[in-house]
Amino acid sequence: MAKALVLVEEKNGKIKNASLEVVHAFKNKGVEVDAIVFGSGIAGQSAELAKNVGAQGATKLFVVDDASLAFYQPEAYAETLVKAFQDSSYNILSSAATSVGKDLLPTLAAKLDAGIATDCIDLEINGDSLKCKRPFLAGKYTAWAEFKSFPAVVNFRANMLGLGADSGAAAEVVTTTVVAGSGNSKVVSVEGNAASSRPDLNEADKIVSGGRSLKSAENFKILEDLADVIGAAVGASRAAVDAGYVPHSMQVGQTGKTVSPSLYMAFGISGAIQHLAGMKTSKIVVAINTDKEAPIFQKADYGAIGDLFEVAPALTEEFKKIL
Amino acid sequence: MKIAVIVKQTPDTETKAKLGSNCLDTEGVKFILNPYDEFAVEEALKTKEAQTGEVVVLSLGPDRVIDAMRTALAMGCDSGVHVKCSDEDLKTADSFAVAKSLAKALEAQGPFDLIFSGKQAIDGDGMSVPQMTAAFLNIPRATSVTSLEIKDGVATAKRPIDGGAEEVIEMKLPALIAANKGLNTPRYASLPGIMKAKQKKVEVLEYASLGCADVTKVSYSNFELPPEKAAGKIFEGSPAELAQSIVNALRNEAKVI
Repeated sequence: MAKALVLVEEKNGKIKNASLEVVHAFKNKGVEVDAIVFGSGIAGQSAELAKNVGAQGATKLFVVDDASLAFYQPEAYAETLVKAFQDSSYNILSSAATSVGKDLLPTLAAKLDAGIATDCIDLEINGDSLKCKRPFLAGKYTAWAEFKSFPAVVNFRANMLGLGADSGAAAEVVTTTVVAGSGNSKVVSVEGNAASSRPDLNEADKIVSGGRSLKSAENFKILEDLADVIGAAVGASRAAVDAGYVPHSMQVGQTGKTVSPSLYMAFGISGAIQHLAGMKTSKIVVAINTDKEAPIFQKADYGAIGDLFEVAPALTEEFKKIL
Repeated sequence: MKIAVIVKQTPDTETKAKLGSNCLDTEGVKFILNPYDEFAVEEALKTKEAQTGEVVVLSLGPDRVIDAMRTALAMGCDSGVHVKCSDEDLKTADSFAVAKSLAKALEAQGPFDLIFSGKQAIDGDGMSVPQMTAAFLNIPRATSVTSLEIKDGVATAKRPIDGGAEEVIEMKLPALIAANKGLNTPRYASLPGIMKAKQKKVEVLEYASLGCADVTKVSYSNFELPPEKAAGKIFEGSPAELAQSIVNALRNEAKVI
């Protein structure tokens, strides 16, 4: 039977849900799963982290705690993962498709002489055969990637696989030493908005998104207020990004982020095909627009014909009553 | 400074997907230079202009990809290398085979001080070929790059990470830079540029001769269009009524709040 090593990520003393979904998904398919986490000063939290991954079915948690890992380091992560993977003869290396998972796993595929499938949304495993479903052309179609052999490398989009019930078990903590890279590259700092209290757009369970009709950067405050009441991330259409209201990191769509929240609320977004591509796997879509003919309404579960400058604050007040 | 830029020809972002047998049906599809690759070409040209040197554009694909390469040549790249394959090869090539072939072609044409590419192609959306190519060449790389500085043999790149912060990475050259939107504003090809592009040299390397066609590790099947959504409910009324209707629907019907 296959054996998987899952790279999991820690944030604020906990393993991210997107990582735990991957642990659960393999365990649920009968695969033996171990997890590995990197960081600086995380050894003290090992017990808590081991509970997080154990609850979803991981047997072991390798903890790589080193002062050099205050930031994500592609080289050290890659070398350490190669060693851990080969030392215990794993077949599958996996992670969530986060900014670390997307950056790193292809490097591992090359180093492990393995096939890769990225941003996957489903999986099937049958003995030694792994298949993963993934979107193409920004979700305009999907196909199943079939690995011809092991090892296999795969990362999964957040919010697609789901979590299992807490098994109550904790993983066994295995303290692991970092393996240094060539030293030809190094992440030297992380700048800006690291302390944002809002969820990451890629992993958010709810997203409130605005288009060019917002008319200014300041007006995004209306959506931020709503987002904070329901615990959502804030996104934007390409038109709003190109108009300079918000940075590209907030763009949802074909040349931005692809998201799959349980709730996507689009304010003043007409629904260009490129935008729809980035959010069409959302479970419930709500659209607010003054234009009845806007294509976004064809993709919306609930639509409201109205002025976002009036409807958004009214929604904020209405949500406050029940939350 | 010798610079390479890897480009891919992709369907236009307006493309409506129609499926053939285990592939996208490309009949009637308009092909363009992958949008992220435009940022890569622009950055390669800017770097050359600041440091002197040459820019070689490299692309893997069937004959039609020459159009995407001519776009890059018209923007100002000096010469091209076409890693030529059949349509069938392109259908079956996975990221591993593509990256391995590109690495071999780059080795054969190099060594390069800097290699640029887009962060992902908008058709495959794999976001994996740049990192794999760099790994096969054993050089450092940065992905989703929105800012780049080259000084004294060191490239300093920034990339946005989850949560809205930016990571700063320093790399010794040679290095591979995978460009994101925001890195620059790509120039338009001028008319003289377009005329000159037709005369620029494009060397052909046969994909089969690179020996990577049989290293594919992943095959794709069961192609599907996503299910069409049933028509939703449309509410009308005053802002307060609309808000009540939506909140009620989300709470009691959809149960997402």
